Amino acid sequence: MPEAKLRRYKAIVLGVSTGGVGTLKALLGALPGDFPLPLLVVQHISPDSGDQMAVFLDEFCAIHVKEADEQERPVGGTVYLAPANYHLMVEPDGRLGLSMDPPVNYSRPSVDVLFETAAQAFGERLIGVILTGAGYDGSLGLKRIKDKGGVAVVQDPGDAAADSMPKHAMMAVTPDHVVTLSTLPQLFINLSEK
Amino acid sequence: MLTSSIELQDSEVGKLLERVATVYGYDFREYAEASIRRRITQWLAESEFASFAEAKAQVLCDPAVFERLLRGITVNVTEMFRDPLVFQAIREQVVPHLKTYPFVKIWHAGCASGEEAYSMAIMLAEEGLAGRFRIYATDINQGVLRKAQEGIFPLKEMKLFTQNYHKSGGKSSFSDYYTARYDHAMLMPSLKDHIVFASHNLAADNDFGEMQMVFCRNVLIYFKQPLKDRALGLFDSCLAPGGFLCLGTKEALDGREIAPHYAEIAPRSRIYRKRYA
Repeated sequence: MPEAKLRRYKAIVLGVSTGGVGTLKALLGALPGDFPLPLLVVQHISPDSGDQMAVFLDEFCAIHVKEADEQERPVGGTVYLAPANYHLMVEPDGRLGLSMDPPVNYSRPSVDVLFETAAQAFGERLIGVILTGAGYDGSLGLKRIKDKGGVAVVQDPGDAAADSMPKHAMMAVTPDHVVTLSTLPQLFINLSEK
Repeated sequence: MLTSSIELQDSEVGKLLERVATVYGYDFREYAEASIRRRITQWLAESEFASFAEAKAQVLCDPAVFERLLRGITVNVTEMFRDPLVFQAIREQVVPHLKTYPFVKIWHAGCASGEEAYSMAIMLAEEGLAGRFRIYATDINQGVLRKAQEGIFPLKEMKLFTQNYHKSGGKSSFSDYYTARYDHAMLMPSLKDHIVFASHNLAADNDFGEMQMVFCRNVLIYFKQPLKDRALGLFDSCLAPGGFLCLGTKEALDGREIAPHYAEIAPRSRIYRKRYA
């Protein structure tokens, strides 16, 4: 049956830094291949790291994982990773965009840039997730998502490999969900069915 | 004003860009919206204006204010020998073809402050093409072109530029190419003999004469599809058959109007060679 019902959410955006590879492997690896929402991910990586992470995760996961291309329209069942050394953004029409603008929070890609542009495009139909990481990138972006009526999810700092990003996010907003990594896939499935 | 406290609506940005196009003839409505909104927001945050409405009014009545906005929304940051492996690929796989021409003309579209144009001049001179090539380095932003023309860069950037140069297959000592004075480095003035810096707007201007290579990296990602196709059409119309088109890592020709005329020299290199027929 093709998209008979209108889903409440259009996309999930995730920000992750230190400890991210193992975390993404566990999270994305637990999602079914037909997971209905697109997932847009900013993982802080060094500028010259190429696309090995997308290739590795795609082989490991049932869900399709790829590097984001500019002007691409995100579809369900697919994870779009920000390419190394580019900001990933969402255009007002929902397509993906890339930029070489200066780093934000010392980061390119930056979680805040993805979250702020996604909040502008998707409004209340967006789920924002802050996972493990050092620093504070993503806090302002998560606040923007919440201000627009979207859902804020934060990994329990006690459960995160690095607790700084989740802690800063929880200072910026009161999250709708604070969860451990092991319960996150089920939360995504529940939210996606709304 | 803090960037985080400003939230511009798409309609506000749209109206500003529409008025700017009418008043100044620069049409940014064909630029990807998310980027341009972020850049305008950034410019507004760093400006002295208390509100977007005030900024908009001043931009429209004062050309000097518009000039500053133009700089804010079009400036790109770059490095010498940025993406060294691209320069290495050009050195190894493109230059041997360029050497077969008596004289080589290269269009570097969107050259920003000139770092990559100077890099190309250094590489071509090292490969024995000195005196046999000219680089037409263009940008929409006149302020940044003046900086490019100077060829003076902060000394602290030389460490990164030197690393990039060696990774790209540089054959000399990078310090041979500049003179350090206080906290700045001036590139060897003779490099400028091979480069013409000029103002050019990919959204409005035409191409200028036959080229053997077009170098345009991380410019098209800021354009919507019709403008992207316009720019690629300009490149295509000036490239000689057998000429090379060098795009950014995330700028594939797949699906674009001119794609059938080109073959990528190596998978995912984003260096394309124009077919002869």
